[in-house]
Amino acid sequence: MSDGEPLVRWDWIADHAGELADYTGVHLRLGLLPVVFGLIISVPLGILCHRWRWLYPPVLTVANILYSIPSLALFMIFVRYTGLTERTVMIPLTLYTLSVLVPNVVDGLASVPEPVRLAATAMGFGPIRSVVQVELPIAVPVVIAGVRVAAVSSISLVAVGQLIGQGGLGYYITRGLQLDFPTPIVTAIVLIMLLALATDALLVLAQRLLTPWSRNKVTAA
Amino acid sequence: MNDLLNQIRLVADWLTSSKQWHGDDGIPHRLLEHLTYSGLSLLFAALIGLTFGLLVGHTGRGAFAVASVANLARAVPTFGLVVLVVTLAGLSTTPVLVALVALAIPPILINTFEGVRGVDPDTRDAARGVGMTEWEVLVRVEVPMALPLILLGLRVAAIQVVATATVAAYPGLGGLGRFIVDGLSRNDYELVIGGSTVVVVLALVVQILFTALRRFVVSPGLRVSASRT
Repeated sequence: MSDGEPLVRWDWIADHAGELADYTGVHLRLGLLPVVFGLIISVPLGILCHRWRWLYPPVLTVANILYSIPSLALFMIFVRYTGLTERTVMIPLTLYTLSVLVPNVVDGLASVPEPVRLAATAMGFGPIRSVVQVELPIAVPVVIAGVRVAAVSSISLVAVGQLIGQGGLGYYITRGLQLDFPTPIVTAIVLIMLLALATDALLVLAQRLLTPWSRNKVTAA
Repeated sequence: MNDLLNQIRLVADWLTSSKQWHGDDGIPHRLLEHLTYSGLSLLFAALIGLTFGLLVGHTGRGAFAVASVANLARAVPTFGLVVLVVTLAGLSTTPVLVALVALAIPPILINTFEGVRGVDPDTRDAARGVGMTEWEVLVRVEVPMALPLILLGLRVAAIQVVATATVAAYPGLGGLGRFIVDGLSRNDYELVIGGSTVVVVLALVVQILFTALRRFVVSPGLRVSASRT
């Protein structure tokens, strides 16, 4: 970087506001769709692991192994099959969410008090209705705790996808390096963190709305 | 299926070619670089993270600060941070290592803190009741009981450091990421996929090491709860 160059040039940000907004939208899509896909996979998988405990250790081991593979390497392995597309970024990010979401679904279901489960059975709920209508709603706080971790990590990881041309706001990180100009890099980092933290806050809000009883408990106590 | 076999053959050819095993661009040299970056960063992060995690966990002071740091740190795009450091400080190893250390501290810190905090207060009181000093309570009761979580924190930090060290090749650092980044810029798919394979193998070895470590150092009485991650 040349001497005298400030960390942030505000006029650059003003000039690029529209473009920044576009990339922010792409970034959110790339970061959050994997969390949605991750949930679609983890909820049934977690229910199965809860029902048949022997299934849990191998599933968890596979999820942890996937999580340990660096994103850059995983992107490259998928490039061969899905090309330089958004899918190549979203598939690995989806796989990463499993290592947080599956344990939280299982732990959430395990946190359901036994009397509640028995009461559901006594009222004539079959195993499937009991899980869907009674146990899952009670598991929501633990599941959302996992979704928060998954969403925040996913949003911050998207940037690496820029190395295959699909990184949302990561575009400004590589651009800044090429131009030896820190403003786009700082802007991208701050925007990505803001997106992650805003998503986190919204999920906390969602949890309050989805579990009104837990709020009542607090006021009653 | 055929494609998968082709891919495996490609990787095998690349791995067995003799030029991969010599010189500055060889796998041994790049692996050594990668291990040096990762190992040093993890060591310093562990020193800092464990110290503060134990301190805050034992005293209970600063719990809110620890939780906030951990939350905020997860939101930091590691790729962006490394690139920013290189843009500001120029391409040298030390600033990038400092960034890697900073990224590895939060998982160690929060898990150590939570592990110590989660020790049953009755157990802690019992330890004091049999005449242990505060130091003994920490070292002989709290640390052994917090070990599963401490190791989890170290494992998450190690995984993150290995991954970020790979990405650090983009702004010009050495390490295994070089194969991927150089391969991408030269359109050399063999190099990209060969390098990726080596990175994956390293990640698996790290994972296995930590699983083995947990088996050896965690007290058998804690095994049941230790199976949760």
